[in-house]
Amino acid sequence: MLNKTGIPTAEDVKKVSPSPDRLKKGPVAIIECFQEIPCNPCTEACKQGAIQPMEDINNLPKLDFEICNGCGVCLSRCPGLAIFIVDGSYSDREAVVRIPYEYLPVPKVGDKVTGLNRSGEELGVFEIIKVQSGGQKNKTYTLWLVVPQDLAMDVRSIRLGGLRHAI
Amino acid sequence: MKEIEVLIIGGGPAGLSAASAAANLGASVLVLERDELPGGQLVKQTHKFFGSKKQYAGDRGFQIGNLLIEQCKTSAKVEVWTNTTALGIYEDGVVTAESQDEHVKIKPKKIIVATGASEKMIVFPNNDLPGIYGAGAVQTLMNVHGIVPGQRVLMIGAGNIGLIVSYQLMQAGVEIAAIIEAAPAIGGYLVHASKIRRAGVPILTSHTITEAYGQESVEGAVICKLDENWQPIQGTEQDLKVDVICLAVGLSPLTELCFQADCRMKYVPELSGHVPIRDEYLETTRPGLYVAGDVSGVEEASSAMVEGRLAGISAAYSLGYGLEAAPKLQEEALAELNELRSGPAGHKTMKGIMKLMDKGEVVC
Ligand SMILES: Cc1cc2nc3c(=O)[nH]c(=O)nc-3n(C[C@H](O)[C@H](O)[C@H](O)COP(=O)(O)OP(=O)(O)OC[C@H]3O[C@@H](n4cnc5c(N)ncnc54)[C@H](O)[C@@H]3O)c2cc1C
Ligand code: SF4
Ligand code: SF4
Repeated sequence: MLNKTGIPTAEDVKKVSPSPDRLKKGPVAIIECFQEIPCNPCTEACKQGAIQPMEDINNLPKLDFEICNGCGVCLSRCPGLAIFIVDGSYSDREAVVRIPYEYLPVPKVGDKVTGLNRSGEELGVFEIIKVQSGGQKNKTYTLWLVVPQDLAMDVRSIRLGGLRHAI
Repeated sequence: MKEIEVLIIGGGPAGLSAASAAANLGASVLVLERDELPGGQLVKQTHKFFGSKKQYAGDRGFQIGNLLIEQCKTSAKVEVWTNTTALGIYEDGVVTAESQDEHVKIKPKKIIVATGASEKMIVFPNNDLPGIYGAGAVQTLMNVHGIVPGQRVLMIGAGNIGLIVSYQLMQAGVEIAAIIEAAPAIGGYLVHASKIRRAGVPILTSHTITEAYGQESVEGAVICKLDENWQPIQGTEQDLKVDVICLAVGLSPLTELCFQADCRMKYVPELSGHVPIRDEYLETTRPGLYVAGDVSGVEEASSAMVEGRLAGISAAYSLGYGLEAAPKLQEEALAELNELRSGPAGHKTMKGIMKLMDKGEVVC
């Protein structure tokens, strides 16, 4: 149960997942925001109009998968770090998962990192193919990970490097 | 004696927003802040905030703080005295303060108390060992002074503060052994919980700490599971090796000055403790004394800023400023507060405010 463990259930995830066909077509946002909280930067971020304006700021975000082009602007704006972009068109066997990242050290292109699922369990070692800075003000990085197609809806984090201060 | 139209006690988001709102309408304002820097809790908040654009959602807490400070700095009508602690509000309207080791007296026409909240503590054996911190203290150490409190932390409390401070500890390279929460559900926003969980940190609801142990300082903690009646379940004890235990078990409104000023107070659990009774425009039962932010009920920076603005407008309006503009601005602020509190997350606050404004009930 999400509200006991912090781990969204399969049903939760299903509610915000695009169809396999849509995933195959190209990058699309997955908004894993399941609780009504007073928050709406995602709606303001989307210039395509894919995320409907909220009538009430407490509404859950509603995304039109057909309008979304996977640009990723909402991903870096979301204060909950709850938005991911999945591109199932990357290759036959692999997909790209973009995740928001705010830890140090920031991985570099070509690095191999350990991918984790929503429970923090290891799913394998994946390559970073792009690292996008959110800029001076926003500061949230976007990591692009290449993962097997069947893990595209599971990989959501990476094992931290754990920069440790000397005692 | 310093004379001023509007005196604001506390330079957090509520106080600073009150200052610029009152000054914008033409009032002269003085803000007293006991810290070296104004900004309140915002100074330490490195994460992006929720809310809407009107409350700078998506910006990080410290960036919002800087913006509010800048607004006050550029206003010729606002003076900010830092390193200044308000000590008392007297019957004749005089406010005393300690400012850079001097005792000063101020005679304001209106007062806005925006002193925020203080951290709660819980009782368990050895809770006085070095290495046991309040979450606010950990944030100050890390984000103001650049010092990590230790290597491996047990976080107590899965409200927003427990979740966010855990995240900030992880960002500083510190390991979180677990976040435990006595309640059966996570109290903070689930998006915060999910982002920590997927980085590998267990969040254990229905769990509590039974003791801390260690020779000179914390070396570990024993935690256990709770049943539906919040009673420890025998045999579920776990020993966690940690060198820091961080308490994020709630805040209480910092209301000493309101008590002392003889505002009528009421105990409202939904607002986290004793809070002054006040009207819709945030004026307390002591005429000319307003409250805003966490001191009037622990909530969020987003609502603290809007309350500050509302109190600032109301104080200036009562002095005869903004006769045209003020009523409309007041309505706008009230509408914003309603919007922020209208969802499930604001339900508790709404209930608390209803209780508080219900003048029929017994007060203490
Ligand atoms: C870890 C953490 C994370 C948070 N995250 C969020 C978030 O994501 N979004 C959100 O909206 N809110 C968040 N909040 C809540 C938010 O920070 C507070 O609700 C908000 O700061 C309250 O504002 P305030 O002005 O009432 O009080 P404060 O910010 O506490 O400011 C009060 C000020 O008054 C000063 N003061 C107190 N007594 C005196 C005195 N006698 N004389 C002079 N000065 C005095 C204090 O030094 C302080 O600067 C978070 C809080 C914490 C602790
Ligand atoms: S990825 Fe781009 S188009 Fe899709 S919802 Fe986000 S901002 Fe809109
Ligand atoms: S910005 Fe993020 S946290 Fe806020 S409503 Fe949108 S998806 Fe949810």
